[in-house]
Amino acid sequence: MADIANVAPAAAVPVEHVQDTSPPWYRQILGNFIFRRVLRAAITIYFVSTAIFFLVRMLPGSPVDVYIDQQMTQYGYTYDEARNQALSLFSIDVDKPVLLQYADYMTGLAQGDLGQSLTSPGTTVLGIINSRIWWTIFSVGIALVLSFALGIVLGMVMAYKRNTWMEGGLSGFSSITGSIPDYLLALLVIITFGVRLGWIPFTGMRGAVSSGQAVEFSFAFAWDALYHASLPIAVYVFTSIGGWMLLMKSSTISALEEDFVTAARARGIPEWRVLFFYVGRNAILPLFSRVTIAIGFVVGGSLLVEPIFQYEGIGQRFFQAIQRRDYTLLQGIALMVTISVVLANLLADIFYSRLDPRIRAGKN
Amino acid sequence: MNQAVLTPEIQAADDAGDAAQPTRPQSFWRNFASNNKVGTAAIIVFFAILLLAFIGPFFVTGDNDRSRNVFDTPSAENWLGTDYMGRDVWYQIVHGGGSLLIVATSAAILSTAISVVFGALAAMFGGKFDVVVLTITDVFLTVPTIILLGVLAVSVRLNSPLLLALILAVTGWPTLLLAVRSQVLSLKEREYIEAARMLDLGTPRILFREVLPNMMSYIVINFVGGMTGAIYGQVILYFLGLVSLAGNNWGLMIQQGYAQGALFFPDAMWYIMSPIFMICVLQLSLVLISRSLEDVFNPRLRES
Repeated sequence: MADIANVAPAAAVPVEHVQDTSPPWYRQILGNFIFRRVLRAAITIYFVSTAIFFLVRMLPGSPVDVYIDQQMTQYGYTYDEARNQALSLFSIDVDKPVLLQYADYMTGLAQGDLGQSLTSPGTTVLGIINSRIWWTIFSVGIALVLSFALGIVLGMVMAYKRNTWMEGGLSGFSSITGSIPDYLLALLVIITFGVRLGWIPFTGMRGAVSSGQAVEFSFAFAWDALYHASLPIAVYVFTSIGGWMLLMKSSTISALEEDFVTAARARGIPEWRVLFFYVGRNAILPLFSRVTIAIGFVVGGSLLVEPIFQYEGIGQRFFQAIQRRDYTLLQGIALMVTISVVLANLLADIFYSRLDPRIRAGKN
Repeated sequence: MNQAVLTPEIQAADDAGDAAQPTRPQSFWRNFASNNKVGTAAIIVFFAILLLAFIGPFFVTGDNDRSRNVFDTPSAENWLGTDYMGRDVWYQIVHGGGSLLIVATSAAILSTAISVVFGALAAMFGGKFDVVVLTITDVFLTVPTIILLGVLAVSVRLNSPLLLALILAVTGWPTLLLAVRSQVLSLKEREYIEAARMLDLGTPRILFREVLPNMMSYIVINFVGGMTGAIYGQVILYFLGLVSLAGNNWGLMIQQGYAQGALFFPDAMWYIMSPIFMICVLQLSLVLISRSLEDVFNPRLRES
């Protein structure tokens, strides 16, 4: 990200007279939108993995020390035995200088070596994550699309029905859903509709799929997976829709004030065409820039919502790893979830830049 | 309308001036109450929660370890029933809000300070400093809060409220910093700042005497938002069992209720629902307060 601020204008200026003052090739690459975003993603991943390395290994009373202590007191290992076991599980070598350890850790990461789980020895962290994270991506992805789509529709309704009971009701709805923490909403759903009223058979909806349902490419499987994911998805949609509604409302209101909308109406273009092609398309555009924030928020929320619904995604394992102080698994999940969010952000940014060329031109 | 971002008094005076009523300037609060019923209700609810949490403990006294029936439903003696050890739930509700609110307020103060100082400096100086601050903010903004909280809290033993507030502040500043930075960037271009620069008043003076006072309302709104975030994060830490602080706390009650299987005993509903209800109402009141403050101070800010 280093010189973006300085480089971008230089790259953007020559648009008007392309031939004479075309910037040198390295400037073109530096100013390239996608290149900048990829660089930014790489920096974030690098920072996070470094931070995790130092948190786990370097702090006094670090997880490695704690694990060694635990093995000695609980199982009566000698210090050397406990230490050797800890080192093999964390896949590090404490005798080496810190910088070399760090280099080992980084090459390990690059090769996908995240060590082994402390509490279930013999299983690799990467294997556990791989078996879980796809369910989280599945449920969170559906929820993001749903809440975005619904939020846009409701937000436009709010803007068009200003100062009516409808706007009041929808704005109250968005305030309430937006202020209840997602994990508390999950608890509320289970307690009221599951336990108290018995409307939702939530014990049968646990897990990612029903037992006996093979993971295959069929309608039955897709339906079953959706059934099991429906409660988490409902919670994500409810807690994130309010933000979209408010953003869409103010965005629509400012789009309605644009001259081209007045002009379109003056030309006698039917109101529904104005709504979809003049107001809607322009009002949605700025919302895409918020998608990146929403991804991080919903993925974060899923880490607590999943254990509550016992949905077998990565969040349920994250919860267990914290409860059992499974540090290797915890650091692996922290890394992989961050990397997923960063990559999702990258995709969203690139998609947004396709939709809105102004973003590519270097305006941040 | 450049002057719309001012202190409440001046805003109220402006409004009074608009109304051309030379008799008596309308007070800010009366103006607020008549234009913003939802916001007024939210403020009343918020103060009621403050009263309950800080004055309530003086009235609901005594010890709370007498063994009663486990998971009792509400009665004249136990207004909200009892918990899994037969302790009174109402007592825990009254005594459990204070620490939560104090930690949330300190965390919000810390994170607001971080984001105002660094956001304003980044915007004023620009260049390399701006890039460094933005990159760090970007990293913190991308990592989901729960991951950050979880990893930090597992690495550090959370045994003091100050430490808890510090960790919550570390996760709470990025969005506000970006907002402050873009605000200062736009204020920087205004004529009066340019005039101040022409007079060579120096960056600190321009920043603290000219720029920051003009975005006070904005900072206040975001401070309320910071509190909402700190409460969200704090209850997460309690829920994950990562806070080793004894005493009554709404977050702790939720965690205990969840761990003691309150989800599955219909009678345990009162124990786990009471703190959930309190936290949801608290969050709702804060969200509504910040929204109505936004409406009152500067409707234009929302468009940026």
